Amino acid sequence: MTVAAPALAPSSVRPARVSGFDATWLLWIAIIAVLLFLVVSPFVYLVVTSFSAERTGEFTFANYAVAWGRSRYVEALFNSLRLGAVSAGLAGLFAIPLAWGVSRTNMPGRGLVRILVLVTFITPPYTGAVAWILLAGPNAGWLNRFYVFATGAEAGPFNIYSFTGLAVVIALYSFPYIFIFTSAALELVSSEMEDAANILGAGTWRTMRRVTLPLALPAILGGLIICFLEAIALFASPAMIAIPARFNVATTQLYQFFGNPVRVEVAAAYAMPLLGVTVMLILVQRLMTHRKGFVSLTGKGGERRPIELGWWRWAMFGYAMFVATLSIFLPYLFLVQAAFAKAWGRGFTVDNISLRNFHFVLFEHATAAQSVINAFLFAGAAATAGVIITLGVAYIVTRRLVPFAGVLGFLCIAPFVIPGVVLAIGFYAAYAPPPLALYGTALILILAFTTRFLPIGYVNNIAAMRSINPEMEEAVRILGGNRITALRRVVAPLLKRSLLGAWLLIFIPATRELSSAIFLYGPGTKVVSVMIFDMSEEGNFEYLAALALILQVLTLPLLWIGQRALGRDFMLKRTAT
Amino acid sequence: MSKLVLSNITKSFGAFEAVKDLSLELQKGEFVSLLGPSGCGKTTTLRMIAGFMPPSSGTIELDGQTISTAAGVVPPEKRRMSMIFQSYAIWPNMTVGENVGFGLQVRKLASAEIDRRLDRILDVVQMRGLKGRYPAELSGGQQQRVALARAIVVEPEVLLLDEPLSNLDANLREEMRFEIRRLHDEFKITTVYVTHDQSEAMVTSDRIVVMNKGRIEQIDAPHVLYGRPKSRFVAAFIGRTNFLEGARQGSEVRFDGFSAAASMLEGASGANGLLYSLRPQAIGLAAHKPNGGMLAVEAEIAGRSYLGEYWDYQARPLGAAKPLRVSTGPNTVFEIGSRVWLEIDPAAMVRVE
Repeated sequence: MTVAAPALAPSSVRPARVSGFDATWLLWIAIIAVLLFLVVSPFVYLVVTSFSAERTGEFTFANYAVAWGRSRYVEALFNSLRLGAVSAGLAGLFAIPLAWGVSRTNMPGRGLVRILVLVTFITPPYTGAVAWILLAGPNAGWLNRFYVFATGAEAGPFNIYSFTGLAVVIALYSFPYIFIFTSAALELVSSEMEDAANILGAGTWRTMRRVTLPLALPAILGGLIICFLEAIALFASPAMIAIPARFNVATTQLYQFFGNPVRVEVAAAYAMPLLGVTVMLILVQRLMTHRKGFVSLTGKGGERRPIELGWWRWAMFGYAMFVATLSIFLPYLFLVQAAFAKAWGRGFTVDNISLRNFHFVLFEHATAAQSVINAFLFAGAAATAGVIITLGVAYIVTRRLVPFAGVLGFLCIAPFVIPGVVLAIGFYAAYAPPPLALYGTALILILAFTTRFLPIGYVNNIAAMRSINPEMEEAVRILGGNRITALRRVVAPLLKRSLLGAWLLIFIPATRELSSAIFLYGPGTKVVSVMIFDMSEEGNFEYLAALALILQVLTLPLLWIGQRALGRDFMLKRTAT
Repeated sequence: MSKLVLSNITKSFGAFEAVKDLSLELQKGEFVSLLGPSGCGKTTTLRMIAGFMPPSSGTIELDGQTISTAAGVVPPEKRRMSMIFQSYAIWPNMTVGENVGFGLQVRKLASAEIDRRLDRILDVVQMRGLKGRYPAELSGGQQQRVALARAIVVEPEVLLLDEPLSNLDANLREEMRFEIRRLHDEFKITTVYVTHDQSEAMVTSDRIVVMNKGRIEQIDAPHVLYGRPKSRFVAAFIGRTNFLEGARQGSEVRFDGFSAAASMLEGASGANGLLYSLRPQAIGLAAHKPNGGMLAVEAEIAGRSYLGEYWDYQARPLGAAKPLRVSTGPNTVFEIGSRVWLEIDPAAMVRVE
């Protein structure tokens, strides 16, 4: 049947193309270089600087001695940890009932509550803090004035300038993290597991306590940890509230080390414990939420039916509206009032209404309008760079184009554990001195924003790449198209929406990023968050409110585009890693 | 000259050898299946033929030209092959027409020629009316047809199929088997088909390559593979069978519960450890001792299952430890515990390794 093929003449052997080295390696080297520049070098400089003597650069422990030599410096760190714990606890009280109500019960207005959580989520913490200064300032605050008006007392009971005030404000604007984690976990608990408890005689409440909540517990704890870390890394709210209340937290202390004269070595040394705490807790969080064995979090849950709450559903709804009142309704009401007021303290009268504030910040103020443009330009550049870099890494990692691709993925995720202020100190240490001398330039802000939001881009792009079966590309190639054709004709069209989504998820938070910008901006590169912060220090609440509202309104069309591209909830589902 | 020649192909991933010293030749127009359990190296072999991965050693030749060596490979897009993937890999961003026409476009054919060929192939797979649809609007079977059309329309030198039917439901799977063979009979494309389903391989293939742990166990036409398996693995993997261990005692071979003259059995000249495969269909059941050249063994019915198309009996030869499985027609009925005679054709007992 088969005749042995005659030996082939060597000339008939087509030279096979060597596959050992091709363009993907060049891409790999380029991306490695970029990641070294963006992630590794600032981190290394941060550590090295903390051990370097000022000017001489010799090895020393003196910075640590200075940074930790005074009890009030140490106290600031403990204040941060206490603040983190209290804020996370409060945020849990806000978020967990809401998450359960929205994802597992027949509470009315579930869609509305989701939207309100989203609005809370896109409210910058400093905007919330300013609103609460208007609401609960010791004498002039609206809540105190209503209290005095209603009871005839001498003074109101609320004082935002206190540890409790700060903790509440932080909790009000970070609870969405816990909400996201918890509702995602609860949505994976199958009704069958609850049915199993019901059939054995447990009622709704007992089932929730013994089955549902324990199953969601790792996710809830993970959300609490993220909230804790948000609270200790936050700069603006403590600077606006803690400093007038005469206490320091770690980030405000760092800011003081960074003030005149700039003692970056001491700041670096002081940042180390903050970094250590963050790294450790992130590891704990990963271990908890990624642990196998909690079937409900990994498997498909089967169908889910909402739990019938009876009359309790109105109680749940009431609680949700109470939380929304604190985080959105009251703050925005009085922000809008201040933005349109000649003087915010004069209240809601017709003759107090004016558009002057908007006119001033947009057309008269020397840098306010420019700061908005700067923020959007820098955020746009950072989002574009971040999406391109992380897409390249995600492509390499998912297609296993090179050995050790995982290292690239790790570097993209690593900035997640670096608080914004600490990242800024690293960038300052690495790129402020010559030869690059980037301090105060637009470039250093763009680079810092890019690094800061690399994890968001990476998480989204890797998920998008994983959703594209490699066989889609292989089908192009076996039919005669090369890798470029495959990218152009198949991968790019399929990724379009995800890329737009990733871009928005970086862009939106980058437009309002303060904690890294505050250490790196220069006279010509002020961004809107820094502008708002400055106005709060000057006490210009009317202008500030106008500017903050402009920022929020500009965000709305972006949200709309994102929802069109990626579906409702894109912001809530995709941001938390 | 052979169309496609794989010579001494080995592929290792670290210390693990997925394919070991595999050699295979395909004639022009031949349909060959690679059949084996998951992890046997069949998909790896297919992907090496496609050029998605280089072999660790060995060569692959197409029409006498080397296209794969350990040093380098002609990239997939230069091989003039096409492939149907397990996931179909239909591009969701293109319509049926755009999907099927893609390969022709890449080959830079005139658009009139593309349209002509496109319409013809869509007629062949009965998808002409759905040319403008997007893949998300198609059923699984229709997507499968698009994948087939897309791969065939470019008239490839070699067509590769990677478990193309594993995502379909049972009825459709059976229908598509015949469809794939029909298309092969019409276009005569040299084809390599990877599957773990023996009936798929038997319906479609001219020859079947049975693979196990990276090695070829046997290459033969389907009926030869079933009737004359060479190894225990092949006998067990292709259909159901009884394994009979025998020991030579003088002129006889002693099995569990019965014995047979060595002269009647193939390859019984060896020493101990003789292993035979005997298909359940090759054993007859009778109420009375049969006459003739058959081997007759008295047995007791130990269990039975009725499967509609046949009875599956477990019959234990008197004094034996293990029962034999026997298939009979649906009208041959014996109660459990009743005595029967097994009729065994010694020629159906195949010596395996």
